[in-house]
Amino acid sequence: MRLDARTLPLLITVGVFILLYAACAVQFPAMLGTRVIGNLLTDNAFLGVLAVGMTFVILSGGIDLSVGAVMGFTTVALAVMIEGAGLHPLVAFTIVLAGGALFGCGVGAAIHWLKAPPFIVTLTAMFLARGAALLLSTDSIPVRHGFYQTLSGLSLSLPGGGRLGLIALLMLLAFLAGGVLLHFTRAGLKVYALGGNSRFAGLMGIDTGRTTILVYGFSSTMAGLAGIIFSLYTRSGYALTGVGVELDAIAAVVIGGTLLSGGVGGMAGSLIGVLIQGLILTWITFDGSLSSWWTKIAIGMLLFIFIGLQRLILHFSAPTGRTG
Amino acid sequence: MNTPAWFAAARSRLLLLAIVLLANVLVAPGFLEVRLVDGRLFGGIIDILNRGAPVMLLAVGMAPVIATRGIDLSVGAVMAIAGAVAAATVNAGHAWPVAILAALGTGLACGLWNGVLVTIFRMQPIVATLILMVAGRGIAQMITQGRVLTFTDAGLAGVSSASLLGLPLPVLLALAAAIGTGLLVRGTALGLFIESVGTSPRAARLAGVPAPALLIGVYVWSGLMAALAGLIATADIRGADANNAGLWLELDAILAVVIGGTSLYGGRFSIGLSVLGALILQGMRTCILRSGLPPELNLLLMAVVVALVLVVQSPACGPVLARMTARLTRRGTA
Repeated sequence: MRLDARTLPLLITVGVFILLYAACAVQFPAMLGTRVIGNLLTDNAFLGVLAVGMTFVILSGGIDLSVGAVMGFTTVALAVMIEGAGLHPLVAFTIVLAGGALFGCGVGAAIHWLKAPPFIVTLTAMFLARGAALLLSTDSIPVRHGFYQTLSGLSLSLPGGGRLGLIALLMLLAFLAGGVLLHFTRAGLKVYALGGNSRFAGLMGIDTGRTTILVYGFSSTMAGLAGIIFSLYTRSGYALTGVGVELDAIAAVVIGGTLLSGGVGGMAGSLIGVLIQGLILTWITFDGSLSSWWTKIAIGMLLFIFIGLQRLILHFSAPTGRTG
Repeated sequence: MNTPAWFAAARSRLLLLAIVLLANVLVAPGFLEVRLVDGRLFGGIIDILNRGAPVMLLAVGMAPVIATRGIDLSVGAVMAIAGAVAAATVNAGHAWPVAILAALGTGLACGLWNGVLVTIFRMQPIVATLILMVAGRGIAQMITQGRVLTFTDAGLAGVSSASLLGLPLPVLLALAAAIGTGLLVRGTALGLFIESVGTSPRAARLAGVPAPALLIGVYVWSGLMAALAGLIATADIRGADANNAGLWLELDAILAVVIGGTSLYGGRFSIGLSVLGALILQGMRTCILRSGLPPELNLLLMAVVVALVLVVQSPACGPVLARMTARLTRRGTA
């Protein structure tokens, strides 16, 4: 079998995850339980949803630094709407999702029409969203609506005492929907084409402007969903929620085998990327003697190893695969 | 390169800075006063220069990196590492010059790491420096063992509190770095080489520009400037705070360079305008703080300023604006 730049990174990611999990399980047999797995999925649900949107953006050749701030804004907006204005949570959810979609479309439009680098446009969007969230409230606002209690109580019991909460299910659903959209629809193909080479994509008749706008719109909608999930998770709204999580989401996507230059990668890897990060955190929590800074160093090292491997694979597969 | 274009760019940034300073005068009438107390100057302008020094230094390092179509996300983390190294060195009983050299050496090593990843491993700059951005803060926390590592050494604290010729040392360091770097890149062909690598790496290579050495050089320089900024930040609070030292300052530095007119797509850059960009950002921050408005407004204001700069620089609006300015100047001279 020839080295394939598209499947090999995913296989390596899955392999690393299995090895890491096996290493954890040998040291702490309790980590094999469904309780830990349920918690792993629940605790990282917001990150997973962000990674779904980020996968689209990175595959399209862009980057979205605003997702953490949009998520933070969403949690505050939800708290203000539900506790302050007395709206029903479902109404508030609809409003923030629609608002997120509009915001993202605006970001995409700015990137397309101003021909400005996504990095700086989404950075501006990040300041805008974070500033707006802080203007709404600088305090952490608890959400005590009865509907929140109901939603938090919903869960799927797993054999072995584990529970899969609503937010973990939402994340898995987001990955499923994102995966289908990316891999089985024409829209997904357009995202790959845009990331592969935006000029050629345009020449092939793909409306690059529309695709760019929709990709960022989707990413911001996912950030809104992540905000809803975080709001349900903590039952509060705080403007400084999710500072820096855009970097975790980018790291998850990169560890998942998607190239930051766009056009190569997939949705399944991003889920594994999120789980690897969660697993490292869980391991450090289980161990107890390791300090928290090892998380950052470990994720940095993983990033280095994965990107180095991808470079090697691309290097060796260049004659048959894509170049650049 | 024609001089009028450069002049117009400088003029618009100076105008922006003047507006920011004017806003400062409006919120604090005594803003422009400069007093000499105990041989050191005090006043609003000095305050902006002093507080803006770290970002000015970062911008001096960042501008050449961005000109090569790169980016250095790690400078905030490098600040934290350099500060932690300096504090740990004086606490281990070494003299302060040793600590400063150790911190600068750390910055050099960090820059070299970034440069090697970008040049030899051919990683995209944004990912290559993301690695150190994520891991670097962890390394800094490891050095300080997760605490704020305080120190009492007066020599190291002097990096922030000492003054020379009435000016605080951080201001002098930032200005010296800016002027030194400016002379280095504009007094020689170095700046042109850097721009050529950013405009077209292939053409630069064919023209005989030593691109790999140049690329490693700009990242090393950025690391060095970050270490200097980290020393100032650490000396300022007489302690190394691995969690907060330089946090998100890479974004400020990138914004300063963008406001200074350098495109993230590489090419033409200006050290002087990038420093002006850093001063504009600091001026806005000071203005909001003094006015008593919620400090959160600063984020929104920064977003608006960058959005304006992006619109003005965009290929779609650029020609239209240029034509308008040309018509206005013609009318003005006629």
